[in-house]
Amino acid sequence: MPATFTRHTVETERKDPGFGGKPPVDRRPTGGGGGDENWDSRHSRRHGPREQLIRYRMAVFSVLAADLVFFAVLVSAFFVRQSSVHIAPTDNVVSDWHPLSVPPILWINTAILLLSAFTIEIARRQLFHEIDIMEEWLGLGRPAVRRAAPWLIATIVLGCAFLGGQWMAWRQLAGQGFFFSSNPNTYFFYLVTGTHGAHLLLGIAALVFALVAMFRFKRVEMRQIAVDCTAWYWHAMGLFWLFLFVLLVFFQ
Amino acid sequence: MTTPPLTQRPRRLFTTNHNTLAKNYLLLALIAVITGTLLSLLMRLHRTWPDLAFPIHGIIRPEDYLALVTMHGTLMVFFVLTVVPQSAFPNLVLAAQIGSDRMAFPRLNAAAFWITALSLLTLLAAFFVPEGAPISGWTSYPPLSALAAAGPGQATGMDLWLIAITLFCLAAVLSSINFLATIAVCRAQGLTWTRLPLTVWSWLVSSGLTVIAFSALFIAAALLLADRHFGTSFFLPAGMVINGIPQALGSKAWGTGSPMLWLHLFWFFGHPEVYITILPGMGLASSILANFTRRPVPAYRMMIIATLLIGVLGLGVWGHHMFVSGMNPYAGTAFGLTTIAISVPSSAEVLTWLVMLFRGRMQLTTPMLFTLGFLSFFIAGGLTGPILAQPALDAYLHNTFFIVAHFHLVMAMAGVFSIFAGIYYWYPLLTGRRMNELLGKIHFWISLVAAYGTFFPMHLSGLAGEPRHYAQLAGPVESFTRLIPVERGITWSAFLLAAAQLIFLFNLFWSARRGTPASPNPWRATTLEWSPLPHPTVTSRPYEYGPAAGQSGDFHPQWEPEKPF
Ligand code: HEM
Ligand SMILES: [Cu+2]
Repeated sequence: MPATFTRHTVETERKDPGFGGKPPVDRRPTGGGGGDENWDSRHSRRHGPREQLIRYRMAVFSVLAADLVFFAVLVSAFFVRQSSVHIAPTDNVVSDWHPLSVPPILWINTAILLLSAFTIEIARRQLFHEIDIMEEWLGLGRPAVRRAAPWLIATIVLGCAFLGGQWMAWRQLAGQGFFFSSNPNTYFFYLVTGTHGAHLLLGIAALVFALVAMFRFKRVEMRQIAVDCTAWYWHAMGLFWLFLFVLLVFFQ
Repeated sequence: MTTPPLTQRPRRLFTTNHNTLAKNYLLLALIAVITGTLLSLLMRLHRTWPDLAFPIHGIIRPEDYLALVTMHGTLMVFFVLTVVPQSAFPNLVLAAQIGSDRMAFPRLNAAAFWITALSLLTLLAAFFVPEGAPISGWTSYPPLSALAAAGPGQATGMDLWLIAITLFCLAAVLSSINFLATIAVCRAQGLTWTRLPLTVWSWLVSSGLTVIAFSALFIAAALLLADRHFGTSFFLPAGMVINGIPQALGSKAWGTGSPMLWLHLFWFFGHPEVYITILPGMGLASSILANFTRRPVPAYRMMIIATLLIGVLGLGVWGHHMFVSGMNPYAGTAFGLTTIAISVPSSAEVLTWLVMLFRGRMQLTTPMLFTLGFLSFFIAGGLTGPILAQPALDAYLHNTFFIVAHFHLVMAMAGVFSIFAGIYYWYPLLTGRRMNELLGKIHFWISLVAAYGTFFPMHLSGLAGEPRHYAQLAGPVESFTRLIPVERGITWSAFLLAAAQLIFLFNLFWSARRGTPASPNPWRATTLEWSPLPHPTVTSRPYEYGPAAGQSGDFHPQWEPEKPF
């Protein structure tokens, strides 16, 4: 194994990793992905590390597509429910929708979640730094892990802070006498924040898993996959939350 | 290393081998289809001889009839027409057709099977709870499905139904994620997108649709469960009165929910679902027609585009199930138009198949016969589609037997015939033997005649106004009594149809032991599931049939290297 390598050899490896190829490195801002999809000339790169990464990303993105539908349905239900009325015996059009002013703490939570998107993205990128990855791959210590771990931990802390904040928002609402089944608006609030919170809880579990994986997994590619997939999931949850937050705050 | 035939491998219960899972799925669907068929025969018996008393149960009461309808529809749509083409078949051949010996996520795939099995058990359990199975039909419209007081079976039975559906959605999404990833990354060297068999394209589109449609149903079912148990009112309108008793939850009256919301969500799932069940059959039809006319699929790229278009347009037509629901009439017109639009790519595929029939010499093997049957049902049922897509006509025809005729031809019979085609065709992959051809042909002809005999007259009784979901025609009102002879004919025909399936069952199990051993490529096909070696390098298109196609006869398999020119 040559101790030094030129860019040129890496470039060829990247195109055709074959069996036991080097782990993918970050040449483009997107990470390991690679946009060389060509309708007809694409040869599948079976069993290569890049192929593995793409496979897991595909799975995460499909899950996220399903999740997107999930939340889209929830949002459309919100609007339908908001606009449905009935005719009271007095011939009045009656709606049982009572606009709810959301607890202000949600603003802070949103900021926290946004921050966490940055921390996890930094962590993710550490794992695709070419020089670090090559050092690791050649068995010269684990600089990428060393650098990514603090950012992952920061993300976990921020994620927990967000969930704690959501919990406090619930407590405040309950304190004001708004419970799950008080009126249509409150159960939407609880449902939206609750299902999103459950997703985030899974995300935190994934983060913890990725953290452990970074230290335990023997293969660099598997570490990359663990962190990369978690990061995309986390980003999507951040994005979903932004939409849900706008919905809850501005579309009452 | 090719995967050896299943019979030679030790059967482990919790296997992640996709071939074994395919067999498990087929077994599960067999249980569902037998149960579903028996239920339908009970319905037919009751409609024709309402006073017939059954040994243990006694007379079928109206609510029993509705429970039969509900469970029949749910079993057939989810556990037969979805499970076989969208779970069993891809497990059987998808990986092989793309030249891989494994799926992208074998454990996810296995988990999906077990969740499906749990879902089936949950559903069947509804028969055994107090008050029995739910009665609100496979579409489970609220408010009846939201209130336990709405009728017998709407308490625990309905809960079980909802839980079963939720589980099924989860399993469907999980297994589709596996298929999508498998198609995207496990393809053999050289197997580009335009070298994929049309079955693989179909599974790509139907898996995408599954991810979208079943997620919507998942949350809809969850919201309905919340309405039933957590005091919400997504679907429950105000002022519900059942049997003179105002309905309320504790001291609180229901809010102003909207049953229409369920209709939208359900059909947003429901229409893509009909394409999920039929798209794999359409892909299979192309493959089998090419194989047994020994001609390539003409307009192969156009077929891909049509498949993709069906997938995309299929997401925007759900409102044609709701013309008479009180939806905005302008929306009805719009959905009518999108529905006509989607019949364009469907017709394009049908015309291509017809062209294939006239260009080649047909080899009338059993799989080919069943594909022709599929084609005939798809056309016969498809012709009534554009009629129903006119809001004005549908106002009369909705909820009559005309609808029952439409979807039993276009979805149920077309779907089942393509399932049979697939089983006869791929049986050598399962067992290393072929199914008996003579029995297969007898099975086909009786089934074809009996299926038309069963479902075609329903158009007539539907046009006469016979409503759907009614337990009997005779009664204090005489208006439908003249339809009773038609009803009787349908019932006899249905029994013949069911009896013909005994031939199939016999053939299925008998051939596993005694069938003629199959050669490695018994149908002289070109696609990779028949390849003797895994990981071939592919240089050719999927359907290279015809005299000029190859050195080894009139075809050029995808696993053989490029022909020298
Ligand atoms: C030419 C294409 C088609 C058109 C224009 C069409 C149109 C329609 C319309 C308008 C309805 C609603 C009628 C009503 O409920 O009043 C309907 C019902 C139905 N269609 Fe189709 N259809 C087409 C193809 C298909 C296909 C390919 C399938 C299945 C594979 C299918 C399965 C069904 C089912 C299951 C229902 C009844 C659902 C229920 O109410 O329980 N249709 N179709
Ligand atoms: Cu439809």
